[in-house]
Amino acid sequence: MNYFTQALAWIADPENLHGDGGLLARSWEQIWYTLLAVLVASVIAIPLGYLVGHTGRGRGLVVATSGAARALPTLGVVTLVGLIFGIGLFAPMVALVLLAVPSVLAGAYAGVEAIDPRTKDAARSMGMSEWQVLTKVEIPLGLPLLIGGLRSATLQVVATATLAAYVGAGGLGRFLFLGLKTQDYPQMLAAALLVMVIALILEGAYELAERQAAQRLRTH
Amino acid sequence: MIRFEDVSKSYPDGTEAVRGFTLEAPTGCTTVLVGSSGCGKTTLLRMVNRMVDPTSGIVWIDDENVAEVPPVPLRRRIGYVMQNAGLLPHRLVIDNIATVPLLNGVPKAEAHRRASELMELVGLEPRMGKRYPDQLSGGQQQRVGVARGLAADPNILLMDEPFGAVDPLVRADLQAELLRIQRELHKTILFVTHDIAEALALGDQIVILAKGARIAQTGTPQEVVAEPADSFVADFLGLGRGSLDLHLRETPTGTLVLDAHGRPAGRLVGESRTDATA
Repeated sequence: MNYFTQALAWIADPENLHGDGGLLARSWEQIWYTLLAVLVASVIAIPLGYLVGHTGRGRGLVVATSGAARALPTLGVVTLVGLIFGIGLFAPMVALVLLAVPSVLAGAYAGVEAIDPRTKDAARSMGMSEWQVLTKVEIPLGLPLLIGGLRSATLQVVATATLAAYVGAGGLGRFLFLGLKTQDYPQMLAAALLVMVIALILEGAYELAERQAAQRLRTH
Repeated sequence: MIRFEDVSKSYPDGTEAVRGFTLEAPTGCTTVLVGSSGCGKTTLLRMVNRMVDPTSGIVWIDDENVAEVPPVPLRRRIGYVMQNAGLLPHRLVIDNIATVPLLNGVPKAEAHRRASELMELVGLEPRMGKRYPDQLSGGQQQRVGVARGLAADPNILLMDEPFGAVDPLVRADLQAELLRIQRELHKTILFVTHDIAEALALGDQIVILAKGARIAQTGTPQEVVAEPADSFVADFLGLGRGSLDLHLRETPTGTLVLDAHGRPAGRLVGESRTDATA
């Protein structure tokens, strides 16, 4: 048997699948870490992105900073924060949020910036306050690009969330690091395959959401 | 009444869009600001609802200095119709028309009822209300724009080249509709265009503008055509270039109106025609 079929067999083995440290539980952890990281990144990046997109100010600074954040080696951040704050979920979460912020930020401000300036001008000249221009025009019309930003952030994070196991947290990375140490390559491949499956499922969900948004907002 | 009192607008880079402009647009009349692009006519229009604040001078609405009114409530009581309609693409036509009443806190059902009345006024079928702007033709979108401008029943309607982006036939239709609506409603309309024919068709008062919003001539359509103040105005009207220098020629089927090049500009109908055949 080659590694691939061995990996599939490893996944199918009920002993590996169930239980506290089983594949299903670890897969949930993987998804949960991903969603948490993207959520935290959104809380930071979406308001900031709207601020930049609406006012047109600070764009250069934000682009430069988020570009620099993109360049940070995630493993380095995990190690560094782990050394300071100890093992557990905090260190990988910081790294994953840093990874997700640039994409979400770009989606938020690009969505607002891409709207026809005449539409915003019309909204203002009808007597919308700045807040109303943001909430009734810019946010709804910017939604498809924001979802696009969340999508690429999620995909990056879901793959990188395997690093959580490096500092003692859970997720499918457990099997990767364990397999690496014990030279159990089928186990590593099995975990990698599951990460891919999760990524594809999330990708499909985003695709649906993007289509829905584009259809409802008539921006197709 | 809208009154511009020695209004100027200059930008930090030194360009002077408007210099010392004074004008009164009487209540219930259509005043057309006409001039080439870049003459400052749109800037003047946007000063009325404070989309632009003048560097110096005062814009009055009746006896109210607009600079002392906060922009948001001011804009909600002034109708604004722009080129390409400026509709919100993610909202149904009926919601687009009802935008300002809804902003003013009018209950949705009442705002929609009002919007339906306006759709009828501007000649849109009721079923159009449930469509999105991109499902309408350019002319229909402009009608929606006019209806939206009228939705809060403003005394003043600002129109910034509203029919500039539609084809000539539709434009003529929309102009005729506007004249009909104006006969009914008697709004104070400030209308900006670069099309002299449109200005002559719609204006009670025509203001011909040169660069920097310098007034070349003010008058009724008859006055400016009969007595252009100077060669700039004559040139702008197209006098001497043929388009407004018309003469008649009898043909077996009636009297044709020809331009200076002998090209037909129209035919003579009505009273004069009867005289000619008598």
